[in-house]
Amino acid sequence: MAVKVLKPGLATTVQDLGRPGYYHIGIPLSGGMDRHALVAANLLVGNPEGAAVLEAVFMGPELEFTEDATVAITGAELPPKLDGEPRESWTSFKVKRGQILSFDFLKQGARGYIAVAGGIDVPVVLGSRSTYALGALGGFKGRKLEAGDELPIGDAAAAGRDGRTLAKDLRGQPAGMPTELRAMPGLYWHRITEAAGDGFFSDTWKVAPEADRIGYRFKGGKPLEFVPREPPFGAGSDPSNITDACYPYGSIQVPGGTEPIVLHRDAVSGGGYFMVGTVIAADMDLIGQLQPNTPVKFVKVDMDQALAARRNRAELLGKVRSALA
Amino acid sequence: MQTRFSFGGDEHIFAEVGEAMSLEAFFKSLFITNAVRDAKIKGVTEICPANASYQVKFDPDQIKPDDLLTELKRLDSASEKSEPVIKTRIIEIPVLYNDPWTHETLMRFRERHQNPDGTDLEYAARINGLDSVDAFIKAHSSAPWFVSMVGFVAGLPFLYQMVERKRQLQAPKYLRPRTDTPKLTVGHGGCFSCIYSVRGAGGYQMFGITPMPIYDPNQKISYLRDFMCLFRPGDIVKWKPIDRAAYDAAVADVDAGRFAPTIRDVSFSLTEFNRDIDGYNSKLDGVLHGR
Repeated sequence: MAVKVLKPGLATTVQDLGRPGYYHIGIPLSGGMDRHALVAANLLVGNPEGAAVLEAVFMGPELEFTEDATVAITGAELPPKLDGEPRESWTSFKVKRGQILSFDFLKQGARGYIAVAGGIDVPVVLGSRSTYALGALGGFKGRKLEAGDELPIGDAAAAGRDGRTLAKDLRGQPAGMPTELRAMPGLYWHRITEAAGDGFFSDTWKVAPEADRIGYRFKGGKPLEFVPREPPFGAGSDPSNITDACYPYGSIQVPGGTEPIVLHRDAVSGGGYFMVGTVIAADMDLIGQLQPNTPVKFVKVDMDQALAARRNRAELLGKVRSALA
Repeated sequence: MQTRFSFGGDEHIFAEVGEAMSLEAFFKSLFITNAVRDAKIKGVTEICPANASYQVKFDPDQIKPDDLLTELKRLDSASEKSEPVIKTRIIEIPVLYNDPWTHETLMRFRERHQNPDGTDLEYAARINGLDSVDAFIKAHSSAPWFVSMVGFVAGLPFLYQMVERKRQLQAPKYLRPRTDTPKLTVGHGGCFSCIYSVRGAGGYQMFGITPMPIYDPNQKISYLRDFMCLFRPGDIVKWKPIDRAAYDAAVADVDAGRFAPTIRDVSFSLTEFNRDIDGYNSKLDGVLHGR
């Protein structure tokens, strides 16, 4: 059984929960940018949590099914339509052979997840089906979908389960206005002055148009002022340069001290820009749902707060598992 | 050298061994990351050595961040006593310097360069006090280089020249990054050379191109069948300047599946290297060429 891509959307890719273990040679985790929504989509159709799904950004694809299937759409408010008729998102539903799944315009959020019972059955590369487009690795031929692609679908373990809905309060954290991203200062935080550090956390930033799976850029805050130094050998002359080092996922680099970039799941694994800290793991899903121009504030937290937020996310996922068991 | 530790959010520990690049800092980062790997610490998911730093990613649901930090600090002080010797490989990389493809690309992005009226090689030669491009190529290719980090993108090696600091070639990055770099470009930024494993954006000066693929996600290239990335931190690279005819022949060999890179196992001692750099490098050359 297969799904034919009639229209690919903007940048639709195959993603699962990612490819850990190869960051030391520059191959990033990849995987869904909103993992909570990805897992929920899979559980709704009766898949294992980490089955491969489609991640559509800003615009949904148009897909023709060559066999009967069960699907669920989660994540961004990207209203699904079956043969032109509206369907509920966060709810599994049947698709008959020959029917066409399409999407209305994006209402909220950035990334929708399309799970098909049985999962998208592209080859497993280094332990994952996720697409890493920069390295032409994994997913469907290592790239985003194109019109004419035919995606293989795996055999569903059980008959796909339709008509199941995930309650609103289990769908993940609703983004406030401005969206608050909790971050732990650290890494090269000492490179900026105290006033610059205060400004970073008190300013309101906006998501820049350069926002993708590699990273999200932010603009609109005050440029950061650096503590003067002699450039260390190998670092480069700009005050924002460091001797090229590894970049954590969620790390906030600020090239030239002007526009922060938060690295996400297709992160470049390292480079020569200093970082002021790291967005906590619990808030990474939230970044995956930010549209350009969204106002954002970085909120300073410590390790205990980060771990508490992590427990809250895990509890929420636990409730999703129970609800869809 | 006092290592500086910092948490990178709730899932990473970042350790800066040295603020400046040095082989001592690189060796320490390589040693500690090897020790972390051997220790098989529960909850550790990624171990990444870098030029003069390293990073460990972990799952805080499996190991408390402070417990991992304590363990890393213990391994850090234990590394002071270790002998800086590694078993590694020396790999010969053929390079067509001053090639037509990087030349075409650098001409397209001239307005982003410090020296719009010349080429990247002419600029690099001048600012390093060398009187010609040929002299620069000789300086670039006569001594071996350490792969001191692999990353940025899949399989891309950062290379650190194995000469005294005063002889080390340095060049700033482009004023503004290019949006295009040919695949397999040999580039240079700061004190590091690199080989671009994929086509894409880049800011390093462009000196040449190698016919030898270093990353193959399809694993069709004979020497990349076992693993898709050629380089590992700690590998030693020796550039071999080649002409256009040799470049074309090598490309044909790669396409026909008969290109065999020259790769030899070698043991490297930092102490002995520092005692007589030129002598040690010529011994490495001997290993590479079976002498």
